[in-house]
Amino acid sequence: MAKLMPGLAAIFTEEHQILEAARKSRDLGMTKFEAISPYPIHGMEEACGIKRSSIPYVTFIAGSIGLTSALALTWYTSAYDWPINVGGKPPFSLPAFIPIMFELTVLFAALASVGALFYHAGIPRIDPPTIDPDLTSHKFAIFVPENETGYEAKKLESFYKGLGAEYVKKVEAY
Amino acid sequence: MMKRNQLILGNKTLKDITDDICQPVETLPGKGWVGMFLSAKTLLLFYIFVLGMIVANGMGLLGVNHPNAWGTMIITFVFWIGIGHAGTLISAILFLFRQKWRTSVARTAEAMTVFAVMTAGLFPLLHTGRPWLDFWLFPYPNQRGPLWVNFRSPLLWDVFAVSTYATVSMVFWYIGLVPDFATLKDRAKNKIRKTVYGALSLGWRGTARNWSHYEMLYLILAGLSTPLVLSVHTIVSFDFAVASLPGWHTTIFPPYFVAGAIFSGFAMVVTLMTLVRIGFPQFKDYITLDHMEVMNKIIMTTGLMVGYAYASEFFVAWYSGNVYERYVFMSRAGLPGTTGDYAWSYWIMVTCNVIIPQIFWSKWARRNIAVMFVVSIFVNIGMWFERFVITITSLHADFLPSSWGNYAWSFWDGALLFGSFGMFLTLFLLYLRVFPAISIAEIKPMLPVGRDDHKGGH
Repeated sequence: MAKLMPGLAAIFTEEHQILEAARKSRDLGMTKFEAISPYPIHGMEEACGIKRSSIPYVTFIAGSIGLTSALALTWYTSAYDWPINVGGKPPFSLPAFIPIMFELTVLFAALASVGALFYHAGIPRIDPPTIDPDLTSHKFAIFVPENETGYEAKKLESFYKGLGAEYVKKVEAY
Repeated sequence: MMKRNQLILGNKTLKDITDDICQPVETLPGKGWVGMFLSAKTLLLFYIFVLGMIVANGMGLLGVNHPNAWGTMIITFVFWIGIGHAGTLISAILFLFRQKWRTSVARTAEAMTVFAVMTAGLFPLLHTGRPWLDFWLFPYPNQRGPLWVNFRSPLLWDVFAVSTYATVSMVFWYIGLVPDFATLKDRAKNKIRKTVYGALSLGWRGTARNWSHYEMLYLILAGLSTPLVLSVHTIVSFDFAVASLPGWHTTIFPPYFVAGAIFSGFAMVVTLMTLVRIGFPQFKDYITLDHMEVMNKIIMTTGLMVGYAYASEFFVAWYSGNVYERYVFMSRAGLPGTTGDYAWSYWIMVTCNVIIPQIFWSKWARRNIAVMFVVSIFVNIGMWFERFVITITSLHADFLPSSWGNYAWSFWDGALLFGSFGMFLTLFLLYLRVFPAISIAEIKPMLPVGRDDHKGGH
């Protein structure tokens, strides 16, 4: 999660406008800009050039850890530390441990994936910056930070106005 | 190509959707809600009193006694856990199947899941008789050996299954709520509201990178919840099926329980949704008759599945040649040569679960709010009796007639059952006023479904 940067924001009112604006911005060679929308927009990842999320790897690793932990826990308690004969089953009665292994796999995988989202999205954040309160309801925005390649406020303003932006404004930090 | 019906009626704009869904959260409740809330809360207070009496006096207050060691608590536990399953089915399984209509009802169905699991979770904890020792259920190093829990027992599998299910359902529900909390925060007019929803929204901003991760996480949680929900009721059925009692010890139990759970859960979703549509008329554009009809179709389908399971159990009892198994099933149906003490409960179950839902073969009935409400109530009753039939008819007359005995239903059994609705309904009514009852961020991409006026874009 990058630090907050000052920059320029262009507000749009239609979904297709922001998709177009994101594509055009990327064509200009910009890579650091952000497209903000109240809901996930189909095709936005391609338009912005965002790589596939890495969360599935976290899920897989955490799930594997959960599976192994459950196996270790059931083996240690039931077969090693204090083996007790239950219904004549062997001390290490694997089939009976499978439900535990399954549940812990799911539990670890789910919680770690949520943790990965928190990490990637930089949440929880106490006081998130707001460009326009309508961005979580019915408006869309492109935010270009000052350190973007070829950042030039005047040029960008007319560029986004030309793409149908409702208004363009300077943002202290986003 | 066939034209699809619109998922959202009334030519809404994005702003209309936000306004409609946020309205119940941002306005003072009407008389109807307050009336229902006060009744539900009174029932909840009564429930707390009942639970207090049971904890203070012991399980002897209920009708459980030899040979019926399991009674109302376990029956009602399975009932509420089953109800929860429809919420996960709608939010996870139908999401994986790309059923777009699920979006309108997913949030409320998930809320129902969370509250139903909370209600259910209390029963096994209290049924231990000494709930202050419930931490013994978890494997932790202790000074008694250490004496570990028995990982070969389905009851312990249940501890892990239900606690994982509760955790993952709550997380799934909350992750879905995060962007909507951000919407509520940005709309907030006063400081307290802004602070509370701001904290709940975790500082969500909705950038394209965030959404990309978010959608991936949502898919993963749906993928994890799907086998999880199947495992939970499978393991609940193992509580019965692993025991060697006639009527319990059958391999059909896991699929039979899962189908029954989805059946009862959808009935509860329909009950609640009809009420939500009456209480919040603007939601009729989102939860349309098409949505209700689809759910009624699922009720009928799963109702036929449980009907098939009932028939199959009888066939296997006869075909197995096992005299005890045969006796239990003949006694359930009250056939001659048996005591048939609980035949009434069996026939209530069959009437409510198999016969009454057949009305949904008619399209008129599937689209009639009054009819579906009544049917859903009958299904709820029928599914409670299904668990009653399974638990009590098998326990009360097992092998030796000398050890038979009927369930001594007491006032406290009934109070416990009815009181649990107080807990569930109080939570649900509060939810309707505090959380957006339809997912704002998820419903908006559904807007173009069935509309002609595509503007540019895709």
